[in-house]
Amino acid sequence: MIAGWSRFNVVSVVLGFAFLYLPIVLLVVFSFNESRLVTVWGGFSTKWYVSLFSNQGLMDAAWVTARVAVISATVATVLGTMAALVLTRHTRFRGRILFSGMVFAPLVMPEVITGLSLLLLFVAVGLDRGFLTVTLAHVTFSMCFVAVVVQSRLVTFDRSLEEAAMDLGAPPVTTFFQITLPVIAPAIVSGWLLAFTLSLDDLVIASFTSGPGATTLPMKIYSQVRLGVTPEINAVSTLMIGLVAGGVIAASIVNKRRAVQRARDEQAAERG
Amino acid sequence: MAGPRLDLVRSGCRHRTDELEIGDGQRHDRCDARRRRRGPAKPGVTSLYRVDQPPRHRRSVLLEQLGEFGLDNYLWLTEDPLYLNAYVSSVVIAAISTLLALLVGYPIAYGMARAPAALRPILLMLVILPFWTSFLIRVYAWIGILKPEGLLNQLLLGLGLIDVPLVILNTHSAIFIGIVYSYLPFMVLPLYSSLEKMDHSLIEAAQDLGCRPAGAFWKITFPLSLPGVIAGSMLVFIPAVGEFVIPDLLGGSQTLMIGKTLWNEFFANRDWPVSSAVAVILLLLLIVPIMFFQSAQARAREEGR
Repeated sequence: MIAGWSRFNVVSVVLGFAFLYLPIVLLVVFSFNESRLVTVWGGFSTKWYVSLFSNQGLMDAAWVTARVAVISATVATVLGTMAALVLTRHTRFRGRILFSGMVFAPLVMPEVITGLSLLLLFVAVGLDRGFLTVTLAHVTFSMCFVAVVVQSRLVTFDRSLEEAAMDLGAPPVTTFFQITLPVIAPAIVSGWLLAFTLSLDDLVIASFTSGPGATTLPMKIYSQVRLGVTPEINAVSTLMIGLVAGGVIAASIVNKRRAVQRARDEQAAERG
Repeated sequence: MAGPRLDLVRSGCRHRTDELEIGDGQRHDRCDARRRRRGPAKPGVTSLYRVDQPPRHRRSVLLEQLGEFGLDNYLWLTEDPLYLNAYVSSVVIAAISTLLALLVGYPIAYGMARAPAALRPILLMLVILPFWTSFLIRVYAWIGILKPEGLLNQLLLGLGLIDVPLVILNTHSAIFIGIVYSYLPFMVLPLYSSLEKMDHSLIEAAQDLGCRPAGAFWKITFPLSLPGVIAGSMLVFIPAVGEFVIPDLLGGSQTLMIGKTLWNEFFANRDWPVSSAVAVILLLLLIVPIMFFQSAQARAREEGR
């Protein structure tokens, strides 16, 4: 296949990745800029990071965002996994098409629609807008992403493992926790990470469903960005990028190690 | 009840003119027309207009709203050409951006699919990685690049390619760049997965039989990648129609897109019923491509088995 990797292919891949990464790299570079002008290089400095940590409003927003992301990702993972289990295990039940459509619709739904409809729901049931409503809204839209990730793992799941466990007398609940859950655990972990980053990033849905005292970091960033580009925003963006990139890389290392371990176990089992 | 409501509407109007910065005379007319048409009394709605405060009559809001059931808000959408223009321009902008994303994404996906097998997982990871970083931040990064005194213009001026800075920020071009950039992974991934599965010996066979490379591409590669083209285009087009962040930050005040109109209707004008009507029409507009996408996905899944 190497013969097929022509010069045109190489150039298009390199240019494509340059297009994808250059803006992010420039953003990170200019967060260390001494000058207040974002586009003129005035020497290396970390002063924007220092001023960032003394910005109380920004810090409060970061704390709210972190709490919302952890709680909503956890709840969304539980619900999304349940939805994925139902959709792969029960291929026939009344309203299955409607259910799967409803689970997957938020994947492509414009955020303004999701945000507005959730807000109207919260007002209709009389929930005060604030921390709780933002969290609930994030659970709703990130749940379907978890469901997709877990479902793709469940499709390739070998059900004879479960049958073997139940033949050996394990009740269904035990089978689920001893057999099914460990096997789909990597998908659940990546589902959680996806839900976490989605919640961390979300501006539109949070703006609709948030209330006083529950301003999230993207909302704060957005209101400052509208006033113009500042090195402080570059700094906060760099920290967020670093956090997420670190998480993703750590997760992929863990996944890889687990795969190596499993391969080793399988070899041992075959020999044994 | 009428007094405060009128005040709120009026303050909403003022807010809106500040926000949109276009032809204020015209805009005031619009607001006046709206105020006249709606009349003073719409009980229960007042509390909804205060976004920063908890609603005052929470429990009764829904019932009272239902009491006012009618198609007024939809009629309002047809009366004002602003909304129709916004829908049309959103669809046009999203369609052009989708086409551009396809043109940019196809060579990348093709190059990835032809890459040495050992390199492919890394390339795949590199395409997915930007998707994990904040959407808002990625759009924000382009402001610094595209603005008149920004990095792109500095580079082009420095190289002597242009004499006058290009005006890109706050134009449609900036929106196209923003959408293509933000949604490129959604285009590349489905394209890659359909191109990677393709049997390359088919192309070799065609070339052995005397087909030119371009002919082989259009007769074999492209038709075989069509599921990926459809999936990628839908994944870009559907969210792009309702996009808010990109037209707001990169497109400036002149841009008309329905996501932005809905946002202004809601946050600046504080007109919840009209913004809901805007959302419902947007949903109806998107239901056809969404269904099309779902059924194409289901078909692909069936074939995969």
